[in-house]
Amino acid sequence: MKTKISPEQQKYVHNIRKKQILIRLYQLLLFVGFIILWEYTAKHGIINSFIFSCPSKLFATFLSMLKDGSLIHHIFITLYETLAGFAIVIIGSLLIATLFWWNETLSKVLEPYLVILNSLPKSALAPVLIVWLGSNKTTIIVCACSVAIFGSILNIYTGFVNVENDKLKLIKTLKGTRFQCLKLVVLPSNVPNIISVMKVNIGLCLVGVVIGEFLAAREGLGYLIIYGSQTFKMGNVLLSILILCVIAMFLYMILQKIEKKLSGYF
Amino acid sequence: METPVLEFSDVNYIYHTISCETDALKDISFKLDRNEFISFVGPSGCGKTTLLNLIAGLIPVSSGTIKLTGKELSGSSLNIGYMLQKDHLLEWRSIYKNLTLGLEIQGKKDAEHLAIIDDLLKTYGLDEFRNAFPRQLSGGMRQRAALIRTLALSPDILLLDEPFSALDYQTRLNVSDDIGSIIKEKEISTILVTHDLSEAISMADRVIVLSKRPGTIKEEIPIRLSIEKRTPKTSRNAPEFNTYYNQIWEAIHDENQDIT
Repeated sequence: MKTKISPEQQKYVHNIRKKQILIRLYQLLLFVGFIILWEYTAKHGIINSFIFSCPSKLFATFLSMLKDGSLIHHIFITLYETLAGFAIVIIGSLLIATLFWWNETLSKVLEPYLVILNSLPKSALAPVLIVWLGSNKTTIIVCACSVAIFGSILNIYTGFVNVENDKLKLIKTLKGTRFQCLKLVVLPSNVPNIISVMKVNIGLCLVGVVIGEFLAAREGLGYLIIYGSQTFKMGNVLLSILILCVIAMFLYMILQKIEKKLSGYF
Repeated sequence: METPVLEFSDVNYIYHTISCETDALKDISFKLDRNEFISFVGPSGCGKTTLLNLIAGLIPVSSGTIKLTGKELSGSSLNIGYMLQKDHLLEWRSIYKNLTLGLEIQGKKDAEHLAIIDDLLKTYGLDEFRNAFPRQLSGGMRQRAALIRTLALSPDILLLDEPFSALDYQTRLNVSDDIGSIIKEKEISTILVTHDLSEAISMADRVIVLSKRPGTIKEEIPIRLSIEKRTPKTSRNAPEFNTYYNQIWEAIHDENQDIT
């Protein structure tokens, strides 16, 4: 690499930086503008602050719920259910995809059923789950799993099947077993695919948890939303939605970090 | 007379699909002697790769027998090294871990075998890249690494499936010289399949021409070159080289005219 930077290069880099900074600035302006507009219109009665709430009220609710510890409790419950569901989805779909890869007949037999289950709107299952499993955390975790697992199995299995045939041939010419094909080629070559499946599924699990909490919970952010809307505590509702946004972003970013770390190897 | 390392007797291979069955190889009989180098050439789709897959035991013969030093293929303890068209180094493993792949699979990661790898790494100037990843290496270096991976298991028979086809011309000459010298030095019996007639002649003791599908043996041409210190590179300067080239070219050309 050249150590001396030419003025042209400097100018080029400077322009790109400038563009990036401008984009960030616009993003921030949009957010701040929205908050100000919301607060202003609510204060002056242009929109009904009882229905739409307003940023200052939200902030007050946030502080008071933080003080009595209830907010942390609800966040923790939702996060716990999401992560538990996510773990089950990933481990379960890895195991089932492996089984399918191992036994082609099994995968051929079950694939149409999986496709149907995957295209089914999973929220339709939630009431059934409550009847079967009761109104508790297990139901909510199962609900989260049901949203994500079918697509996850299909995607991971597709990745397994699409491994370069000659790479498997290589292992066979080295007298490797089928298990060694799996361990040395199929799994490691699929790490990028598995991570992108995880990125999709963490969001889906959160969706599943919220659906579950709507119907079957006494705690969690989903419960807070449904309870708030029924008692017209719009501050609670909007605050919970806002926190869900932050949680979704936060979980996604963790996976993105992991993906970046690993991408060097693949 | 010594038992040949590899012997094909009336081998047929039929390829099945739902709609039809195709004769891929028909009545193939030949012998590969110890330390001999045979090149197979022929039009594309003549079953060259199928031939190697049969020897490697990846697919079973439809009829006929393949013997390794007089024993049935399945009961043989001979090591067969197989080099594919592409290097297929695993991107997520360092070069060194790629080279030990075969040893790892066969549970032979001992000092003796690791020493072979160390030796070869030094011979081919790859020693400083042992902790690098495949994507950091040039095409020629990658193919040399693939060669070391194959040689680490001390194969008795080496199968080469157009191993130079993905390389540019310069690199191709250099890598084939490397492989040629190591095969001589380690006394490995070798079968090369290729489209490239010059390559086939320059490396082989004998060239076998296959016909178009179903692949049958059309002609066997022993290569005798009157030069000292024969290597793949110097072979190309031998006075007989062009004669052989034309002879083999004619044999394949006949074949193509049959098609039209």
